[in-house]
Amino acid sequence: MEKLFTKTTALTDKPFHYCPGCTHGIIHRLVAESIEELGLKDKAIGLAPVGCAVFANEYFNVDMQTTSHGRSPAIATGIKRALPDRIVFTYQGDGDLASIGCGEVNHAAVRGEKITTIFINNAIYGMTGGQAAPTTLLGQKTTTTPYGKDGDANGYPMKVCEMLAAHEGAYYLERVALWDTAHIIKAKKAIKKAFQYQAEGKGYCLIEVLGTCPTNWGCSPLEAFEWQKENMLPMYPLGVFKDKGGEE
Amino acid sequence: MIRLTINEELCKGCGLCVNACPKDLLRISTTKENAKSYNPAEMTNMEECIGCKSCALTCPDVCIEIVKE
Repeated sequence: MEKLFTKTTALTDKPFHYCPGCTHGIIHRLVAESIEELGLKDKAIGLAPVGCAVFANEYFNVDMQTTSHGRSPAIATGIKRALPDRIVFTYQGDGDLASIGCGEVNHAAVRGEKITTIFINNAIYGMTGGQAAPTTLLGQKTTTTPYGKDGDANGYPMKVCEMLAAHEGAYYLERVALWDTAHIIKAKKAIKKAFQYQAEGKGYCLIEVLGTCPTNWGCSPLEAFEWQKENMLPMYPLGVFKDKGGEE
Repeated sequence: MIRLTINEELCKGCGLCVNACPKDLLRISTTKENAKSYNPAEMTNMEECIGCKSCALTCPDVCIEIVKE
């Protein structure tokens, strides 16, 4: 009997509390599988965000630390500098990283901290009830922009990968999506590479994953992927924004 | 032979696996209901399954397990 697919041991048995079709579950699995496959389970320390993934510490079967809103890169810096042989990663949403934690993530990249950030961009605040995030698209209806987001009044969408690519300290930045099997495999490759770079002692790595929020977007999980392809992709194109370890 | 098991208590019936299956073998049950009141996904024809893992890779709740016997 050969096991073709089974749950990774880097995830606990606790059932995810996420809404049906939420991509947090897929991303948790990709991160956990990457850690297990690289043999880093005993060395990994994760930082759970504030947001929908606030209970991530209960799902990852590695050492975890909860943090104040948006401050995980700062706390990860402390942990990594005190314990440089550990693999430290932060798991952050767009409200956590792009809004209140914008300063922390920028300076972690500027300093070239040897940590990995998994950034989930779903263009909305999920946990608090669908308010506009810095990554919300122009014209997108949220509970705080009921007539659609207006650039002049509410600001323009923030492009995190493009922003961090300007910093010398950033080592590897890539934006990935999850709408079909091929993209999920590609996303895992990127996440694994980011952990690999950290294990090799390279600089700051951030993987931006385009996530969905079917509940707050007001559609089914499948429609959410269609909406994402149609609306988010033009604003947030996929690809590698920086890879100092690559051939180029 | 491929054996696919869906943990019906963990399944939230989101339908992503149904869409991912290249052979259209999965469906959301209309008769079963789990403790959380979700209709779980179910396999319609185990013999036809090719074990490509597309459903398991897509499942956000990691409730699919596949073994080859």
